[in-house]
Amino acid sequence: MSKLRDALQSGRFVVTAEIAPPKGVDISEMLDSAHLLRDRVTAVNVTDQQSSVMRLGSLAACHLLADNGVETVFQMTTRDRNRIALQSDLLSAYVMGIENVLCLTGDYVTLGDHPHAKPVFDLESVGLLRAAKQLERGSDMSEKPLKGAPKFFLGAVVTPGANPLEPQLFKMEKKVAAGAQFFQTQAVYEPSRFESFMQYARQFKVPVLAGIIPLKSAGMARFMNNNVAGVYVPEALIEEISKADDKYRKSLEITARLINQIRPMCDGVHVMAIGWERKVPDILDAAGL
Amino acid sequence: MYTITKQKTGQELKESLATFDSLYVIGCGTCATACHTGGKAEVMSMKTMLQEAGKTVTGWMVVPTPCDSLTRFAIEEESDRIASASAVLVMACAYGVQNVAAFTEKAVIPALDTLFFGMEGAPGQFSEVCLQCGECVLASTGGICPITSCPKGLVNGPCGGTKEGKCEVDASRDCAWTLIYNRLKKQGRLDLMRKIQSPKDFQKMTHPRRASVIA
Ligand code: SF4
Ligand code: SF4
Repeated sequence: MSKLRDALQSGRFVVTAEIAPPKGVDISEMLDSAHLLRDRVTAVNVTDQQSSVMRLGSLAACHLLADNGVETVFQMTTRDRNRIALQSDLLSAYVMGIENVLCLTGDYVTLGDHPHAKPVFDLESVGLLRAAKQLERGSDMSEKPLKGAPKFFLGAVVTPGANPLEPQLFKMEKKVAAGAQFFQTQAVYEPSRFESFMQYARQFKVPVLAGIIPLKSAGMARFMNNNVAGVYVPEALIEEISKADDKYRKSLEITARLINQIRPMCDGVHVMAIGWERKVPDILDAAGL
Repeated sequence: MYTITKQKTGQELKESLATFDSLYVIGCGTCATACHTGGKAEVMSMKTMLQEAGKTVTGWMVVPTPCDSLTRFAIEEESDRIASASAVLVMACAYGVQNVAAFTEKAVIPALDTLFFGMEGAPGQFSEVCLQCGECVLASTGGICPITSCPKGLVNGPCGGTKEGKCEVDASRDCAWTLIYNRLKKQGRLDLMRKIQSPKDFQKMTHPRRASVIA
């Protein structure tokens, strides 16, 4: 049974975090981070070859984390596997006790470290959600019966700061219709913009966890503004962090403030620490979570 | 529409021609002429280049359309000069190369890489607009093809990587789904974007495809 589903249904403000499997087989750091997070978050997302960079697989990492008492969200992109492999991995996940699956299309292949690889994209996020739903109904995408049907708690992503926003909202609506039961968003830095997104998103009646990326420096903010789609760090925040003497304290302060500003608007936060996994407890302490 | 080609690098050509000391060169009067990759001018400079590299050029011709069936007769007419060459170097797209290969016993070497079928926008500027997927979706996408113009071939709307209307894969290119959205919005047909589309049927693209159009 998914603890994440229970927590979201209970109406509690839920916290999830994110871990990237290592590039290689030394899993010690990943397990250390997981232990630090275990008692502080409801579930830990495990990324799937994030940014198209080849790494240890998400499914294996989820399994290892589960062995260590950590509930996971298995992130699955459609970039590297066709529908046969995707459905098979969904079944594999279920038999290993992994129910939370975040269905993504994934970044394009040329953005990663194997730009010569064949991009698959046989399905996309919406198709993957539908495939998982179909498996739950006891048959595969070709209507062939399954010996035992899995049960998932399916998630999807949305970018509240996208420009134009309307096509993203249409896609969000499709994801809900296709079976998404919760959303985790791209990083939020503008509570007012997020609020108007939530006013629209509320109609779908699915829980939304706002994406939180701790701002480490002005350089990082500028990098995201220039390179990351749908993320906009306001100039005032950039100035605030660049003027601070103790950047770490300031970062915690800004992150905690953001979390508390958006707390009344949504169902939880999804903290993507990107290298700061071990500092997530500090962030949550600062935010009073 | 043209088949867009690009000349292979000198190094690659040198390697594929290493074992041949005499060549017959065939150019293309249509697409490769338009692309400046296999027209008369390029055939002439190839001839010079080969001779400078110590090869013998036994003859050359620019076939009007090397990809059609008439090419057989052009090859027959030149059979003596082709026979005295150790290989035929074809400066046409891969259709031309394979067609030539079907009509001669000689080793056939492509001088070009075939890139895509291009539609001409501004003069001399070509872009790929169709991947021949076998189940055209243009009716619901405002006449803009997401299978081709979106690198991920998404059928249900934009990915999260679209930034201010540009594509995550190449910021100099428009996001296909933003273009589709703008077009459908203008037409008052945005409802089309809210309908879930089934995954593509890739069986329709199983290679090699064949068609018989005899009545
Ligand atoms: S959907 Fe695109 S790729 Fe398929 S036939 Fe139409 S234009 Fe070509
Ligand atoms: S940015 Fe637009 S065109 Fe580029 S991959 Fe995403 S949806 Fe496709």
